[in-house]
Amino acid sequence: MIVTPLFSAFLIIIMGWFKKSLCYPLMIIALSVSTFSSFANLESVLSHGTLHYHLGNWQPPWGIEYVIDHLNAFVCVIVSGISLLIGISSKRMVEKEFPEKTVYFYCLFILQVTGLLGIVVTGDMFNLYVFLEIASLAGYTLIAIGEDGAPFASFNYMIYGTIGACFYLLGVGYLYIVTGSLNMADLSKILPSFHNSTVVLIAFAFFAVGVAVKMALFPLHVWLPDAYTYAPSSVSSLVAPLTTKVGAYVLIRVMYTVFSPSFSLQVIPAGTLLCWVAAVAVLFGCILALAQTDLKRMLTYVLIAEMGYIALGAGLGNRNGLTGALLHILNDALMMACLFLIIGAITYKGWPRKIDQLTGLHRKMPVTMAAFVISGLSVIGIPPTCGFFSKWYLVLGAIDAKQWVLAAVLLISSLLNAILFFRVIEKAYFKPVPEDSHGGQDKIMAIDEAPLSMLIPVLLLVGGILLLGILSGKIISKVIQFAIPASL
Amino acid sequence: MNKKESLNRVEIIIGKYNYWAYILLMMIGFYAMIGKKNLVKKLIGMNIFQTSIILYFISTGSKKGATIPIVEQVPGEAARAIEAIQYINPVPHVLMLTAIVVMVSTFGVALALLLMIYRKYQTLEEDEILRLRK
Repeated sequence: MIVTPLFSAFLIIIMGWFKKSLCYPLMIIALSVSTFSSFANLESVLSHGTLHYHLGNWQPPWGIEYVIDHLNAFVCVIVSGISLLIGISSKRMVEKEFPEKTVYFYCLFILQVTGLLGIVVTGDMFNLYVFLEIASLAGYTLIAIGEDGAPFASFNYMIYGTIGACFYLLGVGYLYIVTGSLNMADLSKILPSFHNSTVVLIAFAFFAVGVAVKMALFPLHVWLPDAYTYAPSSVSSLVAPLTTKVGAYVLIRVMYTVFSPSFSLQVIPAGTLLCWVAAVAVLFGCILALAQTDLKRMLTYVLIAEMGYIALGAGLGNRNGLTGALLHILNDALMMACLFLIIGAITYKGWPRKIDQLTGLHRKMPVTMAAFVISGLSVIGIPPTCGFFSKWYLVLGAIDAKQWVLAAVLLISSLLNAILFFRVIEKAYFKPVPEDSHGGQDKIMAIDEAPLSMLIPVLLLVGGILLLGILSGKIISKVIQFAIPASL
Repeated sequence: MNKKESLNRVEIIIGKYNYWAYILLMMIGFYAMIGKKNLVKKLIGMNIFQTSIILYFISTGSKKGATIPIVEQVPGEAARAIEAIQYINPVPHVLMLTAIVVMVSTFGVALALLLMIYRKYQTLEEDEILRLRK
C-alpha cells in the first residue's frame, strides 16, 4: 500500500519521457490500488484485530514495524480515498494551469500521498519522521508552483515546517536516550516507569510543539493561510484536507499511544492546555475568516478553526471528546476536500475568487453551488450532514468534562460559521445579476458547469458527507470505539 | 526506580559540554531563521538548526574509550561473542544518516524556491519582498 505509490512515482517520471498521456492513468491506478488495499486493511482489522508487518523480518524493537490498528486503518482509508478522488479531478486543472509540467506534478502528487500514508501506517517513531519529511517536501514543492505569491509562501511554510519536524526529531531523540527504543508499542511499555523524569516531560513538550506546527494549531498556524491560498487549486484540495489531519493523527498517536493517557492528562496538564489553545484557535479562525474577501482564504481560516475542533476533542480526554475528534477527522477531510474542489472548479471556469464577485453563480454552475451549500451546512453542523454528529460528540465531551466555556465556544463558533457561509450563499444565490456585464442576452443563461471529471468527485464527496452523517453511529460503534484507548 | 543525583553547578557545565554545544548551535540557527531578514540567511540558519540536532544525536551515542562499531571477522572463522560495551552506539549514527539526507534535500528544495523568488522579485530581502507584494 505504501510501496505502490512510491514506485509509481518513479514510473511516472520514466513514462513521462516516452508517452505523456499515460501518466494520468498510471497515477489513478496507483491511487486506486492503495485505496482498495486500505479498505481491505480496514476490513481485516475489524475482523481480526491489529495487523503487524515487520520490515525485513526484523523483530521489533530492533526492526521497523508497521502497525495497523483501528485508528490507523480509519485514517488510512480517509487519506487514500480522498487522494484518489482529488487525483481524478486534478487532470483538467493541471492541464490548464501548467501544461508542460504535468508529469512532474503527478509524480509529486503521488509522493505526497506516499508520505502521508507512510505517516499513518508506521509504528516506529523515527520512520514517522522520515515520512513526515517526505510528505512535507512534496508539499512545499507542490505549493510553490502556484500563482503570484506562491514561492514566498512556500518558503515561509518550509521554514515553519522544518522547525516543526526538527522539534519532532528532538522529541524522538530525547525519548531514545532515555528508553533506548524507537518502536511505539515498546515505548508505551517502557515509558510509564519514567513518568517523573524531566527528559520525558521535555520530550512531550517538543512533540506537542512540533506536531502543532504541522497541524496549524493556533499560535503556529501562520503559514497556513498564505500557503494554501496561493497554491494551485488541485494542490490545495489535496494538501489542505489531508496534511493537517494527518498531523492531528500524529498528535493523538503521541498523546494516547506512546505516552499513555494518564501521563498526557494528569502528569502534565496537557489536556487542559491543549483545550484552551484549541478554543482560542476555533474562535480566532472563525473571526478572522469573517474579515476575508477572498473565498479561498476564508476557507483556509475555516480550516484553522476545524483543526481547533480536533485538538479540542483530543485534549478533552474523555471518551466522547475523543470520539468527536476522530469523527471530525473524517468529516473535516471530506468537507474541506469538497470545498476546495468546488473552489478549484469555480476558478477553472474563470470566475474570480472574491466573494463580492460571485453573483449569478447559481445559474451558471448550479450543481457546484448546491454542493457548496451542502458542505457549508456540514461545516456549520446541521443534521443530517456529518458535521453535526462530530460537533455533537465534541459538545457532549465538553459537557462530560464540565467545561462549560468550551461547550459555549463550540456553539458560538457554529454561529460564526453560519454567518460565513450564508454570506457567500447570499451573494451567489440572491443578489441580482448586474445587467451590463452580459451584453443583453440575460434571459436564459447557459449553464456552464464544471467538467465531468471534476464534478463527479465533488458529487461523491457531497454524497459521502450526507451518507456518513447518517451512518455515523455505525462508524462509531464499529471503528472509532476501538480506536480509543481502553483506559479512558 | 530513578535515583535523582544532585549535580553541583560545575559538573553540569563541564560534564555535559556536548549538550551545551548543541544548545548553542541550535539557538544560533533559530535566531538566524527568525531574526534575519535575508532569505538566504534564514536558510543557512535552518541548516545550522538541523545540524545541531544531528550533533546532539551522535553525541549521545559516544562512550569513553569505545571504538567504531564495526566488527572485525576473518571469513571462515566462527562468530565470536561481541562485547557491546566496547563499541559506540551505532543506532544514532544510522538515524542521523537519514536525517542528513533529509536535510540536504530540504536545502535543495529551498534553494530552488529562492531561485524562483529571485527571478520574480529581483531581491532576496524579506521586507522588500513584502513591500513589493502589497
